[in-house]
Amino acid sequence: MKNIENSFPLSDKLINNFEVYQDDIKRNDDEEIFNVRKKAFDQFLKLGLPTQALEDWRNTDLTDVYKEEYQHYYDNPGIVEDVDKVFQCNVPHLDTIMLAMLNGRYVSKDEALVKLENGVIYGSFAAALQQYPDIVAAHFAQYADASKSAFTAINTAMAQDGFFIYVPDGVEFKKPLQIVNIINHDKNICLQTRNLIVLGKNTKLCLIHCDDSYNHQKSLSNTVSEIVLGENAILDHYKMQNVNNASTIINATYFEMKDNAQLSSNGLSLNGGILKNSNYVKMNGRACECNIYGLYLMDKKQHIDNLVFIDHLYPNCNSRELFKGILDDSATAVFNGHVVVHKDAQKTNAFQSNKNILLTDKAKVNTKPFLEIYADDVKCSHGATVGQLDNEAMFYIRSRGISEHNAKMLLMYAFADEVIQKISVLPLRYRTEDMVKRRLRGELSVCDQCVLHCSTPEKEYNFEIDLTKV
Amino acid sequence: MLLNIKNLHASINGKEILKGVNLEVNKGEVHAIMGPNGTGKSTLASVIAGREVFDITEGEVLYKGKNLLDLPVEARASEGIFLGFQYPVEIPGVSMTNFMRTAVNEQRKYHGLDPLPSGEFLRMMEEKKQMVEITAKLNNRSVNEGFSGGEKKKNEIFQMAMLNPTLSILDETDSGLDIDALRIVANGVNKLRGPENATVVITHYQRLLDYIVPDFVHVLYEGRIVKSGGKELALELESKGYEWIKDSL
Repeated sequence: MKNIENSFPLSDKLINNFEVYQDDIKRNDDEEIFNVRKKAFDQFLKLGLPTQALEDWRNTDLTDVYKEEYQHYYDNPGIVEDVDKVFQCNVPHLDTIMLAMLNGRYVSKDEALVKLENGVIYGSFAAALQQYPDIVAAHFAQYADASKSAFTAINTAMAQDGFFIYVPDGVEFKKPLQIVNIINHDKNICLQTRNLIVLGKNTKLCLIHCDDSYNHQKSLSNTVSEIVLGENAILDHYKMQNVNNASTIINATYFEMKDNAQLSSNGLSLNGGILKNSNYVKMNGRACECNIYGLYLMDKKQHIDNLVFIDHLYPNCNSRELFKGILDDSATAVFNGHVVVHKDAQKTNAFQSNKNILLTDKAKVNTKPFLEIYADDVKCSHGATVGQLDNEAMFYIRSRGISEHNAKMLLMYAFADEVIQKISVLPLRYRTEDMVKRRLRGELSVCDQCVLHCSTPEKEYNFEIDLTKV
Repeated sequence: MLLNIKNLHASINGKEILKGVNLEVNKGEVHAIMGPNGTGKSTLASVIAGREVFDITEGEVLYKGKNLLDLPVEARASEGIFLGFQYPVEIPGVSMTNFMRTAVNEQRKYHGLDPLPSGEFLRMMEEKKQMVEITAKLNNRSVNEGFSGGEKKKNEIFQMAMLNPTLSILDETDSGLDIDALRIVANGVNKLRGPENATVVITHYQRLLDYIVPDFVHVLYEGRIVKSGGKELALELESKGYEWIKDSL
C-alpha cells in the first residue's frame, strides 16, 4: 500500500482497485489519457479523502460513508437487458432526446455514440474515448483540477463512463438533451461517472440531468462533469436530484466559459441522503454571464452541501447566485458561495444570495456567502437569511379560512417558487412545480415516476419507456 | 345578536391593551369604532379575527351565540368573520387566483360543500373585481406584491366580496387612500351591506363615514369603549377632537 494522507476503508479499496483493475480502467484510453489518470491518482494519494478539517468540507461529515462497504465494478458494462424496463421519463409535453445511464454506465439500445448530420455527437463517454480521442484529450481533466479535490482526482483516475456531448461551432441544438441517471442495483454500490460536454462557438444547448434511484440500497456516486462553453455559447443546464435517503452523491461540475458565453444552471435537490454539489465556474473570457440557482427541500436526516466557486478573470462579466432551501425535521444544509474578482476583472457584477427556512428547531443551516475582490470598479453583493415562516403572512392566509397546514404549504411553495420560475423550459417548470408541491406535502417518493414507492417497496415495478428516445 | 363582546380583556407580552370592552352588533348594522392612536382598535379587530399573539385574560366573545374564542382563525373565517387588514401582507409567489380559490374552497369544505367548479370560480372573480373596480389582471400577480396602497385596500374589499362574510371588520381601510380610492372602497362595502350581515368599521377620521354611513359610533379610549352614539357622534368628534373625550372622562 502506498502512503496516503489518511486512510479509510473506502480510500484503501479505491487505491487497491486502481492497481488491480488497471486493465479494465484503461480499456478505452490512449497513452495520453492514461498518463492523465496516473497523475490524478498520485494527486489522490497526496490528498486523501476529504475530512472536516478542510474548509470546503467543514460541515459535511462523510466518515460513515468512508467506512461503508460498497461494490465497485470495473468490468465491461455488458448487455443491459430490457433497457425498456428500466427507464421512463414522464414529463408531459417535454420533447427531449434522452440519454440513459444505469449504475454509472451509459446504456442504449443500439449505438453508444450518435453523430448527427449537423455534427453533434452525443452518447457514452467510454465510447468517446475510443472514437473521438482528440476531442476528449483536448478537454479531459483540463478544467477539473485534480490537485484541489480528492474526489475529482480519483474520478479522473478511475471513472470509465458517463455521457459525452459535442456541439460543433454554430449549431443551435433545439431539443433539450435529457440525461437520466439511475441507480438500481441489488448491492450497495460505489460508482464514478465522468461527463464531458463541449459547446463550440455560437452554439446553444439545453441539458437536463436527472439523478434518480429506484430502490433502497445504499450507494455512493462520485460524478465529475466538465462543461466547456465556447465563445457566444449559451447553455441552459438543469440538475435534478431525487435519490433515496441511503444515497450519497458527490457531484462536481466544472464550467469553463469563453467570451460572451451565457450559462444558466439550476440545481433542484428534492431528495437524497448526503448531497454535495460543487459548481466551479471559470469565467475565462470577457462579457460572460452566469446564473447559478439552487433549490433544496430536505427533511429527516438528509444533508445537502452546495458549493459555488466563481472565478471572474476578465472584465464585464456578470454572475448571480440564488440558492433557497427549506429544511424540516433534523435536516442540515450548507451553502458556500465563493466569488473571486481578479484585478483585471473590472466592471464585474456579482451577486450571491442564500435564503433558508427552518421548519424545526433541529434543522440546521451553515451558510457562507463570500466575496474576494481585487478589482476596484465592481458591483458585488452577498446576503444570506435563515428564518421561519412569516407569522404575519400565516395569520393573513388563515384569516381567509385556509387551514394552518395549507397556509404553510402555500408559503413554503411561494418561497421555492422564485427558483422554480427561473426554469425556462416550460414543461419542465410545470413538472417541477408539481414535484415540489408533492415534495412539500410529503407525497413525493424517491422517484416520482417510480412505482416502487418508498412507502410500499414490496410492489413490483413495471416501467414503460419510449425507446425511440433512448 | 350576531356579536356580543362582554368585558373583554386582552394583553400582549404581559401588557394589557383591552381593558373591558363591551360591544353588541346585530345583523344589518354598521358600527364605527373611532379613537386616538394606540387605544386598542386594531387589537380588538385582531382578537375577534383570532390572532394568537394576544392573551385573553378576561371576558367573552359570543358570535351567533357560540363562544368565538374557542375557534381557530380559519374556522372563524369559515363561520363568516372577515378582517380587512390595515396593512395587507405581501405574499410573493402565491397568486391571487390560487389564494382565493384555496380560501373559497376551504370555506366551502368547512360547510360540507364541494369545491366550486373552475369556470364558476373565475366568473365570480371577474364579477367581484368589477365591483371594486380592479382593472388589472390578478391571475398572475402575487398576493399584494407590488400593489400600491390603494390597490391593497381595494384588494381587501375584493376578498371580502369573494368570501361573502357575515361579519366584516375593516381595520382602518381608509388609511392611505386618496379620495377616489376611498369612494371605490366605500362603494364596495355599501354594495355588500345587507340585512343578514354586519360591518364594523375602524377609523380615525370622520371622512370615511361620509361614504359608509354607520348606525352606531363608538369611541375606544385606553382599552375601553367610553362613549357610544349615532352617526352624529362622529361629527361631534371631528369638530371637538379626542381631547373632548379625555376631558369628559
